[in-house]
Amino acid sequence: MSIPALHPLPRPEGEVEQLREVWRPPGGVRFLTVVNNTYIGIFYIGTALLFFLLAGVLALAMRTQLAIAENDFLSQDAYNQFFTMHGTIMMFLFAVPAVEAMGVYLLPAMLGARDLPFPRLSAYAFWAYFVGGLLFFCSLFFDLAPRGGWFMYPPLTMKEYSPGIAADFWLLGIGFIEISAIAGAVEIIVGVLRTRAPGMSLDKLPIYAWAMLVFAFLIMLAFPAIIVGTALLELQRAFGWPFFDAARGGDPLLWQHLFWFFGHPEVYIIFLPAAGFVSMILPTMCGVPLAAYRLVVIALLATGFAALGVWVHHMFATGIPALSISFFSAASMAVAVPSGIQVFAWIATLARGRVRITVPTLFVLGFLFIFVLGGLTGVMVGLVPFDWQVHDTFFVVAHFHYVLIGGMVFPLFGAFYYWAPTASLRPLSERLGRWVFWLLFLGFNVAFFPMHVTGLLGMPRRVWTYSADMGWEPLNLLSTAGAYGMGVAVAVFLVDLARNFRPFHDKGGAGDVWSAGTLEWIENSTYGVRSIPVVDSRDPLWAHPDLADCTEAGAYFLPGTATGTRETLVTSPLDGRPEYVVQLPGPSWKPFVAAIATALAFYSLTLEMVLPAFALGALTIAAILAWVWDSDRGPARPPVDVGGGHVVPTYAAGRLSHAWWGVAVLVVVVAMLFAALFFSYLYLRLVSPDVWPAATGHALPAPAWPIATAALLLASGAAIAWAGRALARRRPGRFGWDQPALVLALAALVGAFAVELVGQRSTGLVPQHTSYAAVVYALIGLQGALVFALTVMGLYTLARSLTGRLGPVRRVTFDNTRLLWSWAVVQGLVMTALLHGAPRILD
Amino acid sequence: MLASQGPHAESTAGIAWLLFAGGTAIFAGVLAAIWLAARGPAGARDVLAREGMVLAMGLGLPVATLSGLLVHSLRTNAAIAPRDPPALAIEVQGEQWWWRVHYLDDQGRPVFATANEIRIPVGRSVELLLRSGDVIHSFWVPQLAGKLDMIPGRTNRLRIQADRPGVFRGQCAEYCGGAHAMMAFHVVAEPPAEFEAWLQRQREPAAPPRDAEAARGRDVFLANGCGLCHHVAGTGAMGRFGPDLTHVGGRLHLVSGWLPNQRGSIAGWIASAQHVKPQNRMPSFTQIAGADLRALAAWLEGLE
Repeated sequence: MSIPALHPLPRPEGEVEQLREVWRPPGGVRFLTVVNNTYIGIFYIGTALLFFLLAGVLALAMRTQLAIAENDFLSQDAYNQFFTMHGTIMMFLFAVPAVEAMGVYLLPAMLGARDLPFPRLSAYAFWAYFVGGLLFFCSLFFDLAPRGGWFMYPPLTMKEYSPGIAADFWLLGIGFIEISAIAGAVEIIVGVLRTRAPGMSLDKLPIYAWAMLVFAFLIMLAFPAIIVGTALLELQRAFGWPFFDAARGGDPLLWQHLFWFFGHPEVYIIFLPAAGFVSMILPTMCGVPLAAYRLVVIALLATGFAALGVWVHHMFATGIPALSISFFSAASMAVAVPSGIQVFAWIATLARGRVRITVPTLFVLGFLFIFVLGGLTGVMVGLVPFDWQVHDTFFVVAHFHYVLIGGMVFPLFGAFYYWAPTASLRPLSERLGRWVFWLLFLGFNVAFFPMHVTGLLGMPRRVWTYSADMGWEPLNLLSTAGAYGMGVAVAVFLVDLARNFRPFHDKGGAGDVWSAGTLEWIENSTYGVRSIPVVDSRDPLWAHPDLADCTEAGAYFLPGTATGTRETLVTSPLDGRPEYVVQLPGPSWKPFVAAIATALAFYSLTLEMVLPAFALGALTIAAILAWVWDSDRGPARPPVDVGGGHVVPTYAAGRLSHAWWGVAVLVVVVAMLFAALFFSYLYLRLVSPDVWPAATGHALPAPAWPIATAALLLASGAAIAWAGRALARRRPGRFGWDQPALVLALAALVGAFAVELVGQRSTGLVPQHTSYAAVVYALIGLQGALVFALTVMGLYTLARSLTGRLGPVRRVTFDNTRLLWSWAVVQGLVMTALLHGAPRILD
Repeated sequence: MLASQGPHAESTAGIAWLLFAGGTAIFAGVLAAIWLAARGPAGARDVLAREGMVLAMGLGLPVATLSGLLVHSLRTNAAIAPRDPPALAIEVQGEQWWWRVHYLDDQGRPVFATANEIRIPVGRSVELLLRSGDVIHSFWVPQLAGKLDMIPGRTNRLRIQADRPGVFRGQCAEYCGGAHAMMAFHVVAEPPAEFEAWLQRQREPAAPPRDAEAARGRDVFLANGCGLCHHVAGTGAMGRFGPDLTHVGGRLHLVSGWLPNQRGSIAGWIASAQHVKPQNRMPSFTQIAGADLRALAAWLEGLE
């Protein structure tokens, strides 16, 4: 049974040519300006793979050093830099970007969209990561690489114990690569929720898209904690604000809380997309739908939820109270349960079908073997007395490599082999692929299984050498041999890529070589599928064998371009009803320039070149404003027929707009930044009540100050609401009250910030003196950053209004600004209540 | 850690063996299920294909086993927690990259200092007050107990007890920068009588030089400014920055457990400290001539 065509076939001559023309990537050097997800996705994956190779070379160097006792292949200082860089690069520059890159590449095709909702944001995120990541790696060549471990614990990373700029490279470099990860998360959340093929309700969402949704939510919730952590540590290093200095009321453990609140979810951020790969590959290879789909979705959601509550299990050996240890031990056990459900759902899928042993299947089976073992040792280290022994030994090194390499790298290689035919004219080689798999599988187990024993024999992590008397040598030699086996496997994989991977072809790829059931296997070009199909099943290509041909013939939605520009269909978040056609921006140098300028600004700051940093920061803002200037284009034309009598508008504002959803995600990120600082305030108060005003006798600002701040904030909120109503009544070409209201709102917002700052300073509070003062100014500083962003956005909105680009209909710019504005008012009020209420009430 | 020599480590080793056995069984079970699902007889595959099976094996089984394990481990935790007052309290302070040790009296005041070696009486529960002088370190003697971090601004308390006499190696388990790999120490458990005698000796100032060479060695020590960093009771060397050397000759090891304590290694260490243990806080004293160096080593070796 096939899904009936929405309009008469064949489609008119020239329609598909026009579509191709609109989506054609620029040639020559302007190829760098592409923004389309098929290109950016592949650049992104390639770059992540490059960092995997670089960090892998560092690992081989370290294994060479440890192969024999008292070796001097690497010096102590080089080894310390290498393991810091290995961990940092693998986590921040390989693992997270790699899974995010796969999402950027795969999701639109899988959802039936023409592109991601914010193509220029993807391009920006990619180039910032590419340039920033390479600069970060280059620090190794100048002996400037950080050497504080990928976890960067203070006090070791404070200026006293890590002088120079190596640690700043980490803090600023990684800090901004996280911004790039968050940009990707915005894309993925809005993409999955708003750009699905019509009919693809949430219960028909491919399981991989569910995994990516949870992934993106975790990034949104967890990454702000590390951004706040790195900012606080950098403030301490650069200006001496004592957040982590025990002598002035700080606490080194505050860093560990912030770091692991991000760091543990990070593991699931990496694992969930990989589990998504497995849930896509296995059903195809078995020829049956995924067993227990609903349970797997619940398991993904439960993992995401539980992942946020287990961070303290990295801190069992810090001497924290027994009660919290028990709680977090239990939570850590609980996180194993959803993984168990997924494993048995995969087993049930195997049992329902007849599995074909292909290279992707081998990687999936290898994943199951390694991941189950890693999960079991994970349960072991979740048990407190056992953890007290093996924590920070090679047992833990073995455990998390089983989880990360087994849980992420094996599925990722499986995914490369599985999805390569969607990108490349030739699939990858099944013969070479088997070599890659077996070398990697055997090499991995030979390298990492013995480490369990080395750890139990007492070998700690992060040691550059060991005495021959310890008896650790034979096991280490074995591990090194296995590591080289893995190196050979990766080399064979590169040979396979060189021989067979032929991307960027107009025709897309080799096609549906595995007889899979999901939309990404319909012939895909730069513009995605020819027409956007109607979906009524989880495996549409299995339910309707002719769906691919009909789609290709243009039988369904948007068979050509309705607005004459790049566009995709925006659908409702729950049931996938067509809501409007969004015009998408095309190639541009602006995001490219903005990204390079951002990266260079951060590195100028690292090198303490303050003026160039400011200049580059200004260039970044200018480039971003220039790029968004033409993105709010207003309704291009009256509502268009997208197929089957569905006439939808070509523009939407307010909550209907996909851009509003993007800003809503951003608001959650800002709220999490604020929450992390809020937590830091209460935590420091708990640890060091002796530096709080009640103990030191430091006077708080008089009540008139916070009352003035609150009044100004409320005035700002009222004024922005007034501006919104005035804009709705505005007539073209006439004066509207929205402009003065906006100016008023801005003045009140800036005023509230200034009053709070001056109020605190008037009491003589100096951030360098105590952790109390430091955290007060940090909170005000966050509010200041938000006020700065809103000042730029407010003036930008005003400029659009003055140039006639804002009106009762064309108002996305205003609505987005107002959304963030409302949060700034709320955040300011909560902050004022905390800063002035807490010291009065708690003490 | 599995070769436990004290009650704390023993109960953990018990849990470890339970985990290894249970883990192996579950691992084998999952592999068998995968094989049965892929290639097994139709009956087995029908069972494994059921959604109820996913619930039972994926939810029921883990919840049951994990709850059991959790209760067991929390009980072990409670059992490890000490009840009786300790026989002795010792303060151990982590430093980059060595261990400063103070034996405390009943009021918690330091009685004498030593470094990189902790002597304890066999069969007695000893309380360690773990602190840090700079960055985070972690105190770990696998054969006696699990590790516990040493964090600036905090004091963590760890009970250890050795059931047999012996020398138990420990090592810093939290990366603490530069020479972290070479930050080891030893716990020496002795019968109570021997321990008491040792305790007595430690309270006394350094032994006078045994011969002319040793006397020359002491003069070399003082002339080269070693006393600015090191303390040797009774000689006027009052430094507090580096390890206390009053009874250094009586220790089993040098350089935070890295070298055996012999005259040759003492001399080698002084002459090339930066080569033996890169980045450590002691410079290489290359300017001390051979005969002086030998005399210095002889004197230090004699400080028992």
